[in-house]
Amino acid sequence: MEAVKRFIDRMRSKSPWLLHFDCGSCNGCDIEILACLTPVYDVERFGIINVGNPFHADVLLSSGTVNHRNKKVLANLYAQMPSPKLVVAIGACGLSGGIFREAYNVVGGIDKVLPVDVYVPGCPPKPEAIIDGVVLGLQKLQRLHEQPSVEKGA
Amino acid sequence: MTRTVILIACGLIAGPILGGLFSGMDRILTARMQSRIGPPLLQPFYDVAKLLFKESLVVNVWQVFCAYCYIAASSIALVLFFLQSDLLLILFVQAVGAVMLVVGALSSTSPYSHIGAHRELLQILSYEPLLVLVVVGFYLETGSFKLTSIYAWREPLLLKLPFLFIVLGYVLTIKLRKSPFDLSTCHHAHQEIVKGLLTDYSGLFLALTEIAHWFEIVLLLGFCTLFWATNWFGMAALIVATYFLEVLVDNTTSRMNWRWMLSYVWGVGLTLSLVNLIWLHQG
Repeated sequence: MEAVKRFIDRMRSKSPWLLHFDCGSCNGCDIEILACLTPVYDVERFGIINVGNPFHADVLLSSGTVNHRNKKVLANLYAQMPSPKLVVAIGACGLSGGIFREAYNVVGGIDKVLPVDVYVPGCPPKPEAIIDGVVLGLQKLQRLHEQPSVEKGA
Repeated sequence: MTRTVILIACGLIAGPILGGLFSGMDRILTARMQSRIGPPLLQPFYDVAKLLFKESLVVNVWQVFCAYCYIAASSIALVLFFLQSDLLLILFVQAVGAVMLVVGALSSTSPYSHIGAHRELLQILSYEPLLVLVVVGFYLETGSFKLTSIYAWREPLLLKLPFLFIVLGYVLTIKLRKSPFDLSTCHHAHQEIVKGLLTDYSGLFLALTEIAHWFEIVLLLGFCTLFWATNWFGMAALIVATYFLEVLVDNTTSRMNWRWMLSYVWGVGLTLSLVNLIWLHQG
């Protein structure tokens, strides 16, 4: 049973499919996310695919400040993703609201709406940092999977 | 009796393994053509294994039924091929699977799923008559629909049915979801009409449709081997050359609309098949 679990975890970390949602970012972060797909970085080497469908996604990459209009969309996208799932907040605005945090229409960072697993800071973060964030998230996903069994044993 | 059981097992095992390896090769070749490195060869297996153990979000129970029907029909079609059964029977069993996938997509309420399903129906409408004409060509030359007698034929059929092989190439391009005919859903354009036909399939059911697609790939490449059935080397060479050409076409053409697909595939396909069939009938 342990071996099967470990096998499933390995498969999960070998094929993370990303869903990218722009919560009103200036497009700086989005361009860096899309740069990961170019031949220079070629994230398909790690089985990463940028899907457009929350039903198929494992990792939600979200950039930009959350405001009162798009927080429902963000929550809806997260609800449509089958678990296990990860949320990666990208850029200063995604982390805290950035320079827009005090505007009247801004709720704040992604973590005001969703449980964020990995924060990737930067304005905008480098593509390497984004790839690093996703890899970190996958490690967290595996550890999350292990935790309950440890508790059961104790 | 034991031979039959072994052949059935071969069909059920060879389908997913060969199909997965072919799509892995496909992804690497595509990446190299785009000057990328590309995923590992076993990437399609990783994807399917991951999907099998994800949470299943079911939009409509009919979709579950349709996904199982699709994989059942495409695996039965391949098993029948391994059992050297009747070509027409294989053709129609495979068609049942293709239609079930569309019915599953239509059972959801998503507009993306619906537009994908309608495009897939038009794709089926485009290739199905051509596939029947290819089979008719086999019949006119060998006098039988049975695979046993086609494989026992003395000389390579490619020499007698060259145009029908090109027609089968068109069918393959549509069935393998390659450009310029990847209208309903596509391996590359993940954002276009979300995922078209496969929008509402998720988790286990998406994995089932993928495995069923692998069965179909192997079945269609099996059809290609019929054109050079006299020796193993000919069969292998024909499969490799055809698949390479498919990937090349996929990477050098752009996606067109269904009107163009229907008129082009019917125009060229039906003309080529008729020329070949008349030539066979006269000769």
